[in-house]
Amino acid sequence: MKVLIPSALRSYTERSEAEASGATLAAVLADLDRAYPGIRFRMIDEQDRIRRHIRIFVNGDQVRDLAQPLGPADEVIIVQALSGG
Amino acid sequence: MARTKSKPAVGRKRQPKGARGTLVMVATRKGAWLYHGDAARKSWRADGPHFLGHVISHVVLDPRDGRTLLAAAKKGHLGPTVFRSTDLERNWKEAAQPPAFAKVPAGEQGRAVDHTFWLTPGRAADRDVWYAGTSPQGLFRSGDGGVTWKPFSSINDDPQFREWMGTVQDGTPDGPKLHSIIVDPRDGAHFYIAMSGGGVHESVDGGRTWKTLIKGLDVVEGFGFDASKPTFHDPHCIRICPSNPDRLYQQNHCGIYRLDRPSDTWVRIGKSMPQRVGDIGFPLVVHPHDADTAWVFPMDGTQVWPRTSPDGKPAAYATRNGGKTWQRLDDGLPGSRAWWTVKRQAMTGDAADPVGLYFGTTSGELWMSRDEGRRWACIARHLPEIYSVEVAAL
Repeated sequence: MKVLIPSALRSYTERSEAEASGATLAAVLADLDRAYPGIRFRMIDEQDRIRRHIRIFVNGDQVRDLAQPLGPADEVIIVQALSGG
Repeated sequence: MARTKSKPAVGRKRQPKGARGTLVMVATRKGAWLYHGDAARKSWRADGPHFLGHVISHVVLDPRDGRTLLAAAKKGHLGPTVFRSTDLERNWKEAAQPPAFAKVPAGEQGRAVDHTFWLTPGRAADRDVWYAGTSPQGLFRSGDGGVTWKPFSSINDDPQFREWMGTVQDGTPDGPKLHSIIVDPRDGAHFYIAMSGGGVHESVDGGRTWKTLIKGLDVVEGFGFDASKPTFHDPHCIRICPSNPDRLYQQNHCGIYRLDRPSDTWVRIGKSMPQRVGDIGFPLVVHPHDADTAWVFPMDGTQVWPRTSPDGKPAAYATRNGGKTWQRLDDGLPGSRAWWTVKRQAMTGDAADPVGLYFGTTSGELWMSRDEGRRWACIARHLPEIYSVEVAAL
């Protein structure tokens, strides 16, 4: 499926879109990490929590659970929320 | 343990033998800069920014090969990592497995590393070994030059240590930290660590077991805090004397202290500082060849802790006799209205004779002295807030 990558993570992918597969959001992120090593840890901490300034949307809806089931036609959008000084 | 002391040799070359120049590594809230100095330490060439926009807490050159750099980074809002360059900053590569706490079972509240704060290379004999301290407090080790990092469960997951660490609310404004990781140059299994807060701890078995080392240290008065509990201790910076590894100095939340092993009782040596200045501060630097000489950079620790230079008049203070007396060193520094200070990792010294001292300010200025603090000169201005300064001879 298509995964849209925010600018802050393009140092890993070198493009704004990536392809990844998996039956859940966790599996898709793991697949993404296989292609772009290290990218998952930028979004998900060691306790499997989505980092504070990362938002993940599937088909326009925000997803907070890594166990969220996904299908091949779904579109994942990763957003880096900017805040602070 | 025997204690030895060596005074600087008369006529020693200004730089260590074979040194071509000096590298000053500056880590800031918004990136890192490297300053290349000539052999005389008079002219400087800036190289940077590296990692612009990322919080860089520490940049350290591996003294064992003179070309590998490690940088502790927090990538904007994207979490913590460590970068590594094996060609003296030309190319950086992210750690394959950055410092991270062990994952806890489902239903438990586990900790996540916010940022790596402190980097310490292992001894010369322990090639590719590095140690890292994090916020919140955690200790990590790399055996492959900083590519992968493993947690010390004996600290990170120990219930007693976790109690001493407290919560994020108990820590410093930028988050509670594990810092001052000191490896005994004579014994790679012997090291010291400090936690803000959480006290000072020592291991003699490579980090398997730990003993607290807080006797003699004061705690904040007026609240009935129990000085025997590490929870109430906030060491800011600890240094071991290269010329006498049985001597340590500590700049603490409550004063300046010295410890001569095998004693386990710190002695407050900051009471001989001028009363109007006090002995509160963050950094401390020890002389590379003379264990009686150390430098501090006091800050205003009164009332609300402004963390500025006392009275807006910054100065380093040096002792040449192990803390019996202190000498103010402010020649060249602003005489008034300078409301900055120096963080715990942001002051260091080189190994030349006379020793060069370097510090970075919270207002983004980089200062140095070629003569052990007698005269200061500004190398750079208008940098972001400086978090750490390290120096190495190239």
